[in-house]
Amino acid sequence: MLTCQQVTRLLSEAQDRKLRLKEKLPLKLHLLMCAGCDNFHQQMDFLRQASRRYSVAPPNADDAE
Amino acid sequence: MNGNDDPTRNALWNPVFLADLRRDLLRFAELQLRDQSAAEDTVQEALTAAFSGQDRFTGRAALKTWVFAILKNKIVDTLRHRQRTAPITSLIPDDEEEGDDFAVLFNPGHHWNPADRPQAWGDPETTFAQQQFWVVFETCLTRLPENTARVFMMREFLGLETLDICLELALTTNHCHVILHRARMGLRLCLEQRWFTPENPTC
Ligand SMILES: [Zn+2]
Repeated sequence: MLTCQQVTRLLSEAQDRKLRLKEKLPLKLHLLMCAGCDNFHQQMDFLRQASRRYSVAPPNADDAE
Repeated sequence: MNGNDDPTRNALWNPVFLADLRRDLLRFAELQLRDQSAAEDTVQEALTAAFSGQDRFTGRAALKTWVFAILKNKIVDTLRHRQRTAPITSLIPDDEEEGDDFAVLFNPGHHWNPADRPQAWGDPETTFAQQQFWVVFETCLTRLPENTARVFMMREFLGLETLDICLELALTTNHCHVILHRARMGLRLCLEQRWFTPENPTC
């Protein structure tokens, strides 16, 4: 049984490498049962999207047009 | 003849646009290089390259995106050069325990403390549409430890593969993952506290 702390590490690594099947299944199970880690998972996706958005061209006041 | 009929082509020559663009480029470069004069040099190189480029754009946003793409390449060059002359590895403490800084968020069984459980952040687009969010985003990046932030930005802003970053910085794969994990833990905590639930900071 994975702990939340282990899950955060796995969810971060999932942004950098393909998880193995034996990592994926326990992770999925944990996320089904744990709202905190499920939110953390979405926050990881959020960070990636925000970084993409920011680095393509930082959104600033002069972009309004 | 002189291209005056194409305003986007000439946007770089517009002093107001150029000044705004330069300011944005500088902030972006400084965030990653944390060295003002290196950032200025890098921005200067990027702008010089942009001025000599022949690409055409359908608008200022596209032009800005293109100049930022040039800048990112220049930042990668600068970081590579810096790595050869002053390797980052000597600056990163090797002995810190994994996730140590964030252990306080978890109970002795390593599950979330109720007060520290991550919240739902809602639709990202709604957040991204708010100018003020990006100010907080920058602040949170600045608050990360320097090398942690740098590795994160190499990965997420410059789009380098994790394995390449590890090689580049002569870090073990595990160490790379630890640093990126710490960066994400720090960033999400900062955003949660300063943007998503500023009225009830974790105590
Ligand atoms: Zn959990």
